[in-house]
Amino acid sequence: MEFIVSGFLKALVLLTSGDSETYSAIFATLRVTTASMAASLLLGIPLGFLLGHHDFPGKRQVRIVVDTLLSLPTVFVGLMVYAFISSRGPFGGMGLLFTLPGIAIGQAILALPIVISLVATATQTTDSNLRTTLISLGAARRDLLLTSLWETRHGIITAVLVAYGRVMTEVGISMMVGGNIKWHTRTITTAIALETNKGLFAMGIALGLVLLLIAFSVTLGVTFLRRRS
Amino acid sequence: MKKTVALFTVMVMCGMAVLTCRAQESRAPLMMATTTSTDNTGLLDYLAPLFKKDTGIELRWTAVGTGKALLLGQNCDVDVLLVHAPAAEKEFIAAGYGISRTEVMYNDFILIGPDADPAGVKGKGVAEALAAIMDRQTVFASRGDDSGTHKMELSQWKRAGLAMPEGEGWYLEVGQGMLTTINVAAERGGYTLTDRGTYIKYSADHKENPPLKIMVEGDVGLKNPYSVVLLNPERCPKINISGAAAFARWLADKKGQGYVKGFKLMGRPLFFPNAK
Repeated sequence: MEFIVSGFLKALVLLTSGDSETYSAIFATLRVTTASMAASLLLGIPLGFLLGHHDFPGKRQVRIVVDTLLSLPTVFVGLMVYAFISSRGPFGGMGLLFTLPGIAIGQAILALPIVISLVATATQTTDSNLRTTLISLGAARRDLLLTSLWETRHGIITAVLVAYGRVMTEVGISMMVGGNIKWHTRTITTAIALETNKGLFAMGIALGLVLLLIAFSVTLGVTFLRRRS
Repeated sequence: MKKTVALFTVMVMCGMAVLTCRAQESRAPLMMATTTSTDNTGLLDYLAPLFKKDTGIELRWTAVGTGKALLLGQNCDVDVLLVHAPAAEKEFIAAGYGISRTEVMYNDFILIGPDADPAGVKGKGVAEALAAIMDRQTVFASRGDDSGTHKMELSQWKRAGLAMPEGEGWYLEVGQGMLTTINVAAERGGYTLTDRGTYIKYSADHKENPPLKIMVEGDVGLKNPYSVVLLNPERCPKINISGAAAFARWLADKKGQGYVKGFKLMGRPLFFPNAK
């Protein structure tokens, strides 16, 4: 039990003393999650919107596939990405294994279904109400599209928060694709896994708290955005 | 004025060209796959800066189970291996994935258990101790992860002429690193086989009074040799071959061996240099 209390204290010490290993892990986490979120949002928001907004044959089937992919196990994604970027794999020459960009690719794959699914749902909910209102007001097709997108912004923000949470806390991909290399690909989550594996539970708790702090800051920022809109 | 500016610009550009040339001269980093025991003991954190100082090469490593380390080597995903599973290493080389193994250091394995010693194994030989554990069905935590330590443990059951305890309720296959496995054994009041280096670290973490103590040691079958395995450049043309060779040379040389000898925890050496 005492390791929980010492964990709390350790977290304070690590952050205020500027512990280089901890900050290296923090920056690695921030870099990789920012990259993977940017990629998954850039691809996912338009795709999610299309999935929610348009009707097409096979729409239901696509939705089922996307929703199933919400349960992608991280180690599974890690293994698949490894197969592709390993020296023996099709993208082996790109030197992505054991690098942060490699991890980001895997995390983007993890986050994409989340973004698509949540944005699609938000689009569909907004759409049905909005469509009738706008058409009765005489809106053109283009206006309908843009206004729909703007109205789903709350759904998009939710998608961002959920995807970010998933991506920031995953270990499977970071470990498999990144290799947990000190100073290079050691993220906070892989550092927690290492410390707890070594039996240093207080350190594990401390790093976990650091992660929560980052999540808290991001959520604050996003909530601020929410309020302003 | 214009001429001075032009001259200055040319000088700056020349200077930058020289600097970038210099930067490219610094040697490519060396990517190593190694086992959790070399990483967890802190040996690599100690050796890496020394290696950088002596050769200019930055050592990077990923610590995985021996099985995975060999697979990474087979897939040419790393430049060199530092592992401790001689039989598997020899198979690896025979299969053509590696070209050589250089034994660089060793420590030994020890059987640890609770003070109460429920199976009464203290001071016995390994075979006798395992037989007693099996007989009394006392908890034994196994690495269960195809690591060097795991392979050593399995060979000990075999050597003792005992049937593999897989599936038995008292035999816990943890499937994780050495420290985790020790913690499981400690939690369940059971025994486990560990390398001495990890045990010294474990003991130090518990301020020299750990819940598990050394029960069996010194048995001739418990030697734990570590080797640097060089990968086959014909199979892996893109790897850092020169860096790998430099590492093997450096660690086996007088200087590297001296560093290994000097790596101590609580005043005790964790690894014993033995390169020929």
